[in-house]
Amino acid sequence: MKKEKKNILKTNGMQSLIASIICIIVGMFVGYVVLLFINPAGAGKAVVTIIKNFMTYTNSGMRVKYFGTTLAKTVPLLLCALSILFSYKVGLFNIGCSGQYTAGACAALYAALKWGWGWIPCLLFAVIAGALAGAIVGALKSYCNVNEVISGIMLNWILLYLTNTILSGVKEPTSPYTYQLKNYGPKSLLPNIGLNKLFNNNANVTMAVPLAIIIAVIVLIVLNKTKFGYELKATGFNKNAAKYCGMKEKRNIILSLVISGALAGLAASLYYQTGIQQWECTTASVPAMGFNGIAATFLGGLHPIGTIFSSFFIEQITLGGAYVDKTMYSSQISDLISAFIIYLCGFVLFLKLLMKKMIAKAEAKKAAKEGGDK
Amino acid sequence: MALLITYTLIFASVLILVALGGCFSEHSGVINLGLEGIMVMGALGGALAMKFLPLTIPTFIYIILVMLCAVALGTAYSSLLAVASINFKADQTIVGTALNMLGTAAATVFVKAMNTAANPNNVSSEIEYVRPKAKFVTYIGKFEFNWFMLVTVIVLVVAYVVLYKTRFGLRLMACGEHPQAAASVGINVFKYRWAGVLISGAYGGLGGICYILAGVSIWKFEYGVAGFGFLALAVMIFGQWKPQRIALSALLFGFFRALGNTYSVFDFLANLHIPSTVYNMMPYIISLIVLALTSSRSRAPKAEGIPYDKGMR
Repeated sequence: MKKEKKNILKTNGMQSLIASIICIIVGMFVGYVVLLFINPAGAGKAVVTIIKNFMTYTNSGMRVKYFGTTLAKTVPLLLCALSILFSYKVGLFNIGCSGQYTAGACAALYAALKWGWGWIPCLLFAVIAGALAGAIVGALKSYCNVNEVISGIMLNWILLYLTNTILSGVKEPTSPYTYQLKNYGPKSLLPNIGLNKLFNNNANVTMAVPLAIIIAVIVLIVLNKTKFGYELKATGFNKNAAKYCGMKEKRNIILSLVISGALAGLAASLYYQTGIQQWECTTASVPAMGFNGIAATFLGGLHPIGTIFSSFFIEQITLGGAYVDKTMYSSQISDLISAFIIYLCGFVLFLKLLMKKMIAKAEAKKAAKEGGDK
Repeated sequence: MALLITYTLIFASVLILVALGGCFSEHSGVINLGLEGIMVMGALGGALAMKFLPLTIPTFIYIILVMLCAVALGTAYSSLLAVASINFKADQTIVGTALNMLGTAAATVFVKAMNTAANPNNVSSEIEYVRPKAKFVTYIGKFEFNWFMLVTVIVLVVAYVVLYKTRFGLRLMACGEHPQAAASVGINVFKYRWAGVLISGAYGGLGGICYILAGVSIWKFEYGVAGFGFLALAVMIFGQWKPQRIALSALLFGFFRALGNTYSVFDFLANLHIPSTVYNMMPYIISLIVLALTSSRSRAPKAEGIPYDKGMR
């Protein structure tokens, strides 16, 4: 029995899980300490509130409804996380995910509000917009050797300004927000396929939720079970070796960023086409979705299925931040916690190494003991 | 015209300071993508100093104290990057990105808490410094001279001398080119990389306070520094990691950034009726083009981004 347990600890997945849990615990603890410094009176309660999020409601109907909203908001985060994960497997850090997400939002909303497109063309248009934005980064990387992080950030800002300008054409005359989809582009709303009934008639819960999970599985299959995925990973491990083996490393780099961008574009489409939020045309900072996606990616142990749970967790605490007592704390405490969790994710490699060392030590001790008994 | 020159010089100063920070860090072998967060922290340090220091202090000492606070906070913050990437061999890209997010979030939480404590109805993340700002500028005719311009020139010269004319600088660069070779002649690579990152923190912090003093006199910490840390990295790459070329490219980028603030003053530009967003996008577009043209033959330090492993060859 004891031996079996050790074997589980030795697996990579288990170690990733333990490392992620350590990151979460330490991250929450740091958040707690910060809250203590600000105001010791409500710190414990605030941390509980952040973790509970929709569970703070006492009414079960409200609970279910806001659980649905949390799910609806997890969808874009999950897809952004998958987008970053996909490119990271090829050794690229797609920080331009936010920009590609913005491009997707721009395409989906403009097509829906200006041209009255249905939901499928809107969705595809957003995917194409995101993919194009990703392609620019990929082409710059493979042909001009431009660091993808820097070009990604530059594109984020360019696309943000561009989107603000373009979507100003379909905004309400008296506010900085775009028109509501349910009034001006009802055809573009994603079908609910009955899921809204499950969540106390929460219209924001749509087919996006199951679709996002299916896509996570598809990403897993593409990366682990196909030749294409193998080539991508090989390029990520060693670009020159992959080239030597006859793989088109330039094509692979561009393709991975195109797919990554497409996922980010899809994220925006599956978010904005639920009608949950309007775009604010005076947005002065790049959407946080892409950056929180980084947290979800690494917290999920760089595994598509792990990402599902980690993105739910990140969204849970991000939304939970809105419920803290505003007379004492600000909701940004959640951002602080998730940022710190990403920072800790940098130590995951070290933690895994430590675990391996500890297991090896324990085994050596055991072997020595057994040898002594004989 | 004087306005355009003023803005160009002040934005160029920011870019030079931050890019030099990145330069020191990368020459030691650590990619510092967290410059954005470090700038926010430096800005926070400086803004707090301006909020709490009495204005009766003589101008010279006042400026020095504000800068010291910015430098101190920036340096302290950069040690988070140093610990993770040098001692724990963490992925420098992840840690840098985390520091950017953490910087903005922490500064926002802190300033909001401070504002709310002073006045329960105040939940903004703003610090206002109208009167302290006056200490940093003097007018030469129409031209608004900011003391940071002088500081930048001094710091630039110091950076050049340190990097190329001292034992410290040459050893630092050796650690970024081939750390194992450097170690074989008795250089402590860990120590030099720590020094590189901490210096970049100091420069980044100085750049941060300079950035929020350029143009505005009230700062909302929720907005961070709008990608300026990354613009500085673009400047550094365009400058091929050399201080003198960094200064020239910073002037170019600073000019385009300044144009966004001042284009309406020029009749012929205003007559073109180009929307203001185009001017806002300009620095980012220019940097993309410039990077595309210069990156393929870049002279980046060879070992940058690779955690130092004693056993590797």
